Amino acid sequence: MSAAASGWEVVIGLEIHAQLATKSKIFSGASTAYGAEPNTQACLVDLGYPGVLPVLNEQVVRMAAKFGLAVNAKVAPRSIFARKNYFYPDLPKGYQISQYELPIVEHGELFIRDADGNEKRIGITRAHLEEDAGKSLHGAVEGSSGIDLNRAGTPLLEIVSEPDLRSAADAVAYMRKIHTIVRYLGISDGNMQEGSFRCDANVSVRPRGEEALGTRAEIKNLNSFRFVERAINYEVERQIDLLEDGGEVVQETRLYDSDKDETRSMRSKEEANDYRYFPDPDLLPIEIDDDYIEAVRETLPELPDAKERRFIDDYGLKPDDASILTVNLSLADYFEAVAEATSAKPQAVANWVIGDLVGALKRDSMSIADSRVAAADLAVLLDRIADRTISGKIAKEVFEAMWNGEGSADDIIEARGLKQITDTGAIEAVVDQVIADNPSQAADYRAGKDKLIGFFVGQVMKATQGKANPAQVNELLKKKLAD
Amino acid sequence: MHSMTLVELRDGLQRGDFSSRDVVAGLLERIEARDGELNAFITVTAEQAMDVAGRADDARANGGAGALNGLPLVHKDIFCTRDVLTTCGSRMLEDFVSPYDAAVVERLASAGAIMLGKTNMDEFAMGSSNETSYYGPVRNPWDLSRSPGGSSGGSAAAVAARLTPAATGTDTGGSIRQPAALTNTVGIKPTYGRVSRYGMIAFASSLDQAGVITRTADDAALLLKVMSGFDERDSTSIDHPVPDYEALIGKPIKGLRIGMVRQHFDAGLDEGCATAVREALSELERQGAVLSEVDLPNLDYCVPTYYVVAPAECSSNLSRFDGVRFGHRADNVEDLLDLYCSSRGEGFGAEVKRRIMTGTYVLSAGYYDAYYLQAQKVRHLISDDFRRAFESVDLIAGPTAPEPAFGLGDKTDDPITMYLNDIYTIGANLAGLPALSAPCGMVDGLPVGLHLVGPHWSEETLLQAAHQYQLVTDWHKACPEAYK
Amino acid sequence: MSLDKEQVQHIAMLARLRLADDEFAETVDKLSRIVDFVDQLSAAPTADVVPMAHPLNQTQRLRPDAVTEADDRDHIQENAPETADGLYLVPRVIE
Repeated sequence: MSAAASGWEVVIGLEIHAQLATKSKIFSGASTAYGAEPNTQACLVDLGYPGVLPVLNEQVVRMAAKFGLAVNAKVAPRSIFARKNYFYPDLPKGYQISQYELPIVEHGELFIRDADGNEKRIGITRAHLEEDAGKSLHGAVEGSSGIDLNRAGTPLLEIVSEPDLRSAADAVAYMRKIHTIVRYLGISDGNMQEGSFRCDANVSVRPRGEEALGTRAEIKNLNSFRFVERAINYEVERQIDLLEDGGEVVQETRLYDSDKDETRSMRSKEEANDYRYFPDPDLLPIEIDDDYIEAVRETLPELPDAKERRFIDDYGLKPDDASILTVNLSLADYFEAVAEATSAKPQAVANWVIGDLVGALKRDSMSIADSRVAAADLAVLLDRIADRTISGKIAKEVFEAMWNGEGSADDIIEARGLKQITDTGAIEAVVDQVIADNPSQAADYRAGKDKLIGFFVGQVMKATQGKANPAQVNELLKKKLAD
Repeated sequence: MHSMTLVELRDGLQRGDFSSRDVVAGLLERIEARDGELNAFITVTAEQAMDVAGRADDARANGGAGALNGLPLVHKDIFCTRDVLTTCGSRMLEDFVSPYDAAVVERLASAGAIMLGKTNMDEFAMGSSNETSYYGPVRNPWDLSRSPGGSSGGSAAAVAARLTPAATGTDTGGSIRQPAALTNTVGIKPTYGRVSRYGMIAFASSLDQAGVITRTADDAALLLKVMSGFDERDSTSIDHPVPDYEALIGKPIKGLRIGMVRQHFDAGLDEGCATAVREALSELERQGAVLSEVDLPNLDYCVPTYYVVAPAECSSNLSRFDGVRFGHRADNVEDLLDLYCSSRGEGFGAEVKRRIMTGTYVLSAGYYDAYYLQAQKVRHLISDDFRRAFESVDLIAGPTAPEPAFGLGDKTDDPITMYLNDIYTIGANLAGLPALSAPCGMVDGLPVGLHLVGPHWSEETLLQAAHQYQLVTDWHKACPEAYK
Repeated sequence: MSLDKEQVQHIAMLARLRLADDEFAETVDKLSRIVDFVDQLSAAPTADVVPMAHPLNQTQRLRPDAVTEADDRDHIQENAPETADGLYLVPRVIE
C-alpha cells in the first residue's frame, strides 16, 4: 500500500555529505587522492599524533561560501569548529572536528518538482564543514579489523535539509538537485561510487493532518539515488505497518541492506551517545567579511535553475528538455556549443543531444567528457540537415558512423554517397514512376484518403534510398496527385 | 663550569676558554653522578649531545655559528623530539619515539643549542609536585625530601642543581613558574600564541604555552628570542614581531608602574613568603618603580574555572591515546571496547584519569551549561579584571606560590589542596598573559619566588624588571649547598 | 558525595577508562570533591557575560590548498602496536 493512498503523511529530512574537491585535506597537507595504498596519505595530523595541530584549508571555506550563495543561504560572518567526541577506530583523535553551534552556512533553500510536476521549496537548515573519518576493513586478518586512515581528514560539507520532503521521490529529486549544484560549482566531484556524495535520511510518518512529527529513524550512509529511494520506501512501509499494528517507532539508527532491500537496526550501542561537543581550542573562529562574500559571488557560475530558464527563454526549448540538459553541466555546455555553432534550430539540437548522443553515451557507458563525437562535429552534421544535404533519417546513419570513428560528417556523406537528391527533375521522374506504378492508391488518394500521402512518400524514399529531399518529395507528390 | 649561565658560557666559548665538547662532557658527567638522587631526567641523550657539541665547535671555528651555538639545555619530556623517546611522564608513551621534532625543539636546535636530555614531569603535565610522573617524583635539590613543584619539576630541579644552565618547560596553570619559585630559578611563560605549540603534547590547548627555566633573566631573554615567533603549523600562533629581549632588558625601571594585588596578601599566603615578596617590591621601588594597589575581584574563581576548562580540554585531547596507532596497548583484550578501556586504564595514572573524568563530566549532556559554559564566562570576567588592572599599571607583582617547597606526599591525599597551590599563577593562563617567576628570598633555607604578570606581549617588560632586580640582588645566585 | 557510583561508572565508560576496584572507590571520593569545589562557579556574576573560548581575540588563519606531506608510513608505524599490510589492526569491529 502506498503512503499517499493511506492516511499517513511521510516526513523526510536529508543530511547530505559532499566531499569537497580539494587537493589537500581540511586540516593537513596530505593528499585527498582516491585509491592510494593504505595509510600512505595519512600524515601525523590525520593520524592524531601527539602534539600536532590542525590548520584550516582556505579552499574549503571558499567552497562552503560558494555553496551557501548558490542556495540563497546566509554565509555566516563568524562560524566556529567544535569537537564531537566519541571513540571509534576510524576516528584517530577520538573526536571529529565539525561545526555544531554557528555553522558556516544557514537558512538556504532550493526548488524541486514533485511527482505532479509542481515546483516545491525545500528549506536547507544549514551546511557545515567537517572532517571525514577513515575506513575499517574486515577480514584481511582473522579476528581483526584493519584501519586505513587515508580518508581521515578529507573535507566534507554536510548539508542538512528541513523536514520538507514528503516522499522518496521528493528526497531523490532534492538530492539530485544538490548533486547538480555542487558539480556546477565545482566544489565536489559528486562521485557516489567513491563515497564522495552520500546521505543519511531521517524518516518519520504521521497521520495526515497531524502537526506533530512522528518518531524518526535515521538511515545511514546511502550512496546512490536508487538506494535512497528504496530505503525510504521500505522504511516508510515498515513504520506504517508498525503503527497500524499498534506498535511504536523507535528512534534509532538503521542501515539499508541493498541485497535484501530492507533497513535494519544497527546493533544497539553500549550506551547512549553523548558527544560532548565543545569549541575546538586548537582552531579559532572563521570570520568572513562582505568583501570576501562578494568576491566569491563573482566566481559563481550560472546555476542550474537559471540555465534551465535561459534554455527555455532564449533557445525556445521544451521545459522538459531544458531540465534534462541542465542536470549535468557538461551536457548543458555541450548542447550550447552545438547550438551556437549550427544553423539548425535549438530544439532540433536538443533532440539530437538528448536522444542520439545521450543514447550512444549510455550504450557505451561513457560520460559526456569522453564523447566520441565532439560538439563542433555534431554541429556540422546538423548543418547538413539544415542545408538539405541530407535528410534527418540519413543523418542518424551518419551519426552512427561518426560515433564509430569513420570521420567527419562531410567525409561520411561523401564516401557513402548519401547526398540528398534535390534536383527537382530527378525527383519528379521518380514521383511520376511511383504514381504510375500504384494506380489504385492514387485513385483512393484522389477520392479523399489523404493519409495515403505517407505511402507515396515512403515509396519515393525507398526508390531513392532515402536520399530524396522529403520536403520536395511531399510537395511534388501533392501537386502531381492533385492533377 | 657547571655553575655558569648561558651568557657566561657563550662568552667563554667565544673567547675560546673552553669548547662545547668540554661543557657538554662536564654536564653529562654531572648528570650521571647526581641525577640518581634527583630523578630530574627521563632520558639522557649523551651520545647525540656529544656529536652536536663537536659540530658546534666546528661551526664556531668556521665562523658559521647560530645565536645559541654550542650551548647546552634540556627539554621537558612533553616536547616531541625526532627519533628520541618522548614519554610525557606517562606509561602510555613509555615506548613512544616521536617521528618529528616540536617547533620549540627545532628552533633551538637550528640556533645551535645542544639537547642533553629530556626531563621528568608530572604525567601529561597534570600536577603541581611532579609526583604524578610514571617515572617517579623529582626531588628538590634544596631539600631532597621535598617536591620541586610541577609539572616542569624535572626542568626546574635540573637547572637549580646546575645539571644544565637552562631548560624548556610548559605552563598550563603555573607549571613553569611554580617549580621555578620552589627551586630558586627564573621561569617565564610567554603570552599565549607567542611560542608555537606544534609538537608540544597538548594538555589544555587554550592554556598551554611553552617557556623556559634558567637561573637568570638574561638567559631567559636569550632563549625566548629564539623560541618565539609565528609558526604556520599552529593556528593559535600569532604573527607578532619578536623584540630583541636581550637588548631591551638593560633599560632601568624608573617609572615602571607595578600593581600589588590586595587579595594576594590575604590569608593563605605563608608569612615568610609574604615578607620576602614585600621586600622584593621595596627593592623594585628603590630602583624607581612606582607601586600601587590593584584589585582582581574574581581571583578566587581562578582555580575552579581552571579545573573545569583544563580537564574539559584534556579529556578530549587525550582521547587520541587509544592503543591503536601508538602508545600503550593492553595485552589479551577481549574486544574493541576492552582494548580502549584497558589500554587507557593501564596507560594513564590516577591523576590523569581523574582529570579526564572531570572533563568528561563537565562536558556531558546536562552539565555543559552549568560547568563548562559557566567557566568560560567566568574566564571572561577574570580576563576583564586583568585588562582593567593594566589600565593603571604596567605589571602586577606578588607571590608565585603560597608557600615554599612542600614535602613529597604532603598534598597527595586531597586534590583540592594541591590545586590551590596554583592560585596565583592560573589567572595568567586563563587570560593568556605573559608571567614570570624570579628568586626573591629564602624561608628556612627554601626559595621564594616573585611573580610578575604583564599585559599581552609584554615579555620584555617582565624580563627587564627581573633583570634589573637581579643586577642589585643576589637571590638568584643562591645555590643548594650540595650542588655547588 | 556529589557523585554516585553509577555516575562515575557512566563517566568512566564515556571516557573509556577501566578503573581497578580500589581505584574506583577513591575516584568516586576525589571526583566528588573536585565537583563540589568547582560548584562555587555557580555563584559568579555571569549574567550577560560572553563565554571566552580563547585567550586572545584572533581569527582563524587559512593555509593554501597544497599537498605538502609525503608518505612516511613505515617510519610512523614503528610506533604502532599492531599492523599488517600497512593497516592498523584492532579487534574485529562489529557493525
